[in-house]
Amino acid sequence: MTLDAIIAANRFGLGARPGELTGIGSDARNWLIRQVEDTRPVPREVAELPSSATAFQTFAKALRERRQQGEKDGGRRQIGLMYRDQVAARYRLAIRTEEPFRERLVHFWTNHFAVSADKAQVVGLAATLENEAIRPNLGGRFVDLLLAVEAHPAMILYLDNQASIGPNSPLAQRTSRRVKSDRKLDINENLAREILELHTLGVNGGYTQADVTTFARALTGWSVAGARGKESEQAGQFQFRQMAHEPGAKTILGKRYSEDGLAQPRAVLKDLADHPATAKHLATKLTRHFIADEPPESAVARLTKVFRDTDGDLPSLHRALVESPEAWERTTAKFKTPHDFVVSTFRMLDFVPTLPEQMLAPFQLLGQRPYTPGSPAGWPDTASQWDGPDALLKRIEWSSAVGKRMGSKLQPLDAGGASLGSALAERTRVAIARAESGAQGVTLLLASPEFQRR
Amino acid sequence: MNRRAFVISSVLGGVATLLPRIPFASTRADARLVLVILRGALDGLAAVPAYGDGNYAGKRGALAITAPTQKLDGMFALHPSMVNLYQRYREKGLIVFHAVASPYRERSHFDGQDLLESGTAELKGARDGWLNRALAGVPAAQKRTTDQIAVALAQNVPLVLRGNAAVNSWAPSRLPDADADTLERIADLYSTDEYFATRLQSALAADGIAGESMAVTGGGKRDPLNGFNAVTSAAGKFLAAADGPRIAVIEVGGWDTHANQGAEQGQLANRLRSLDQGLETLRSSLGAAWKDTAVLVVTEFGRTVAVNGTRGTDHGTATCAFLAGGPIAGGRVITDWPGLGNGDLYQQRDLKPTLDLRSVFKGVLGAHLRISDGVLETKVFPDSRSATALDGLVRQS
Repeated sequence: MTLDAIIAANRFGLGARPGELTGIGSDARNWLIRQVEDTRPVPREVAELPSSATAFQTFAKALRERRQQGEKDGGRRQIGLMYRDQVAARYRLAIRTEEPFRERLVHFWTNHFAVSADKAQVVGLAATLENEAIRPNLGGRFVDLLLAVEAHPAMILYLDNQASIGPNSPLAQRTSRRVKSDRKLDINENLAREILELHTLGVNGGYTQADVTTFARALTGWSVAGARGKESEQAGQFQFRQMAHEPGAKTILGKRYSEDGLAQPRAVLKDLADHPATAKHLATKLTRHFIADEPPESAVARLTKVFRDTDGDLPSLHRALVESPEAWERTTAKFKTPHDFVVSTFRMLDFVPTLPEQMLAPFQLLGQRPYTPGSPAGWPDTASQWDGPDALLKRIEWSSAVGKRMGSKLQPLDAGGASLGSALAERTRVAIARAESGAQGVTLLLASPEFQRR
Repeated sequence: MNRRAFVISSVLGGVATLLPRIPFASTRADARLVLVILRGALDGLAAVPAYGDGNYAGKRGALAITAPTQKLDGMFALHPSMVNLYQRYREKGLIVFHAVASPYRERSHFDGQDLLESGTAELKGARDGWLNRALAGVPAAQKRTTDQIAVALAQNVPLVLRGNAAVNSWAPSRLPDADADTLERIADLYSTDEYFATRLQSALAADGIAGESMAVTGGGKRDPLNGFNAVTSAAGKFLAAADGPRIAVIEVGGWDTHANQGAEQGQLANRLRSLDQGLETLRSSLGAAWKDTAVLVVTEFGRTVAVNGTRGTDHGTATCAFLAGGPIAGGRVITDWPGLGNGDLYQQRDLKPTLDLRSVFKGVLGAHLRISDGVLETKVFPDSRSATALDGLVRQS
């Protein structure tokens, strides 16, 4: 097995499973590039999960029942179970997949377009964003990914856009005539701001507060059917509510968009996808995730150029990452996130927890409960955000628990060798060989600096 | 000595004196600082309503608290759910700052928090936090290492406390401890990798102080601030210990109230109540050490003065901040109130900042932690001449 294979499996992939390093063969780059070409059907493990519409309707029904019957817990429990099953399916796939680079990219883009399942409405929807908007669009252009994500009910509800109403929209006009209320219907700029700041241009991408506000007006009406509790067949699907849309032309980033209903916000989104600042922002994030916390300028520049030259073709962008020489210099450039640590542990040990609770627990204990980054910025991608002393101790405690469970079932030296190859240091090999038990050997392997990095 | 403390002293040799019991007279070496960062942008006009401003009720609409029960003076009140802080105010142990802001003038949470914590004038090049840069100048640091005197109550260290000086971190755990022999072997495995070695050493030291009795489980589900109370309880115990840390940072999210914020009651009211209770727990857990403790509560920026379309508020600029504690010369609101009239607002939408948060930070670090002006101006808050330190925040003993 080559050094390239070790880097391909552990840096680009999700950590090598038994046999993976030898299976990669001599052309590690090709092994990676094959994984990012084209579109794939949504993998079996997640294909049969409830759709966003089902998740939405389940939650809406629970809310109604709570109001009508004082039913306190039923719906919430149902949504909680749905979330748990979605998480279990996500990680069953992550542990078993033979296309781990593709799967890491799925996780990357889900995190780029983060919603957080700690908001009640989003609990059952967060995973559906990944499976319905991210997965089907990785073989195409960024603009289509962007349009799919921003129109997904999880994103709209997470960032409140269903309730953002144009102050001069027919709806607002009618309401102000009919109801004497101190509540004025108006915009909520949350979605507009995060699209500009996080999803496309980046915080220094050259937009102003006026651009945020005007974009928010353009996005009024960009909503979800049934968001106000009405039952219907379409509930939970994207809906453009012309009634709530702020009429008139809008000027955003210096460009005038004439009034054209749904086409207006879509045109803005398309231009944002094409913007040079977007290319740079995405190139920087990808480089940081795959190469180093301090993304090398040379690689960022290369990816930016590829994005612009190919009109944001994602397979080309992902291929450029693989072809970056900076990515192949060492095996330990990144300190693993808690998420990476848990996934790579299960892959190395070839262990798929059977109960959904068992799958969820380690992520929660180590501080990265799936789909709950807590903010639209997603989980951070620089080690200083998760490498506190206590976080390391928690990893060791969890490693020890895993060791106790798995220690009698495998040979830690063999498992470590199969997953890390020559990257497993002699010092660690000796420590594992001298361990007092298989359990302790597994713990040492998991805690070792080589396994903690990728 | 518990199991872990034993492991440290036996494995890491030179750190057997990790937590030396220095006999303290009551001096400034006893001074303690707790920094609480509210992430998500607290609405200052909700926490501290300007009920006496003629434009307040009109501008705030449904979010206005027009008949406040906890008046601070003729202009300001404290939100009705913050009953313990109000008590501190009446006892002259709480200063409320209003219309404060860091130098940040955009509206991104993430950049706003970074600038708040970096303490620099601009975002560019902020790699460490002001409290980390201040550590070397803290009197307690003369006798002990910085990771013995500063702790983040989080699994990971927030930016404000990150930097060259080593610091500690601690968070409640629900995992069983790893056994001592395994820890010893891991410490040995790390001895050639400084990155891991220093972190493990710090973590074991903190765990030793927290002890078995602190196997906190992270608060009940009903707590809208997700275990904040458990964390402040732990912070108090840390800081109360004679040989414990002197500086703690706590962070708590949940303030980004874009929708259905509520006024006297509601989402934000519940969180303010939880914040108030957590701070009260900190006080009781500190016990006698409260007389030496300053608690500073800040957030990255404020929110729009007007209500948005979803009965919430969007990202704004100036907000409020709190400074409580035994040594605090409190019972007053410090503000150069800009007003809420149309012409008074920042960019016609936000409360205008009239006081730089760095002036507050410098005032506290100087008077309470006795960090020299020279260090404050050059190392801790570079390019902050315009933000002169606020005098008189701390009672002179």
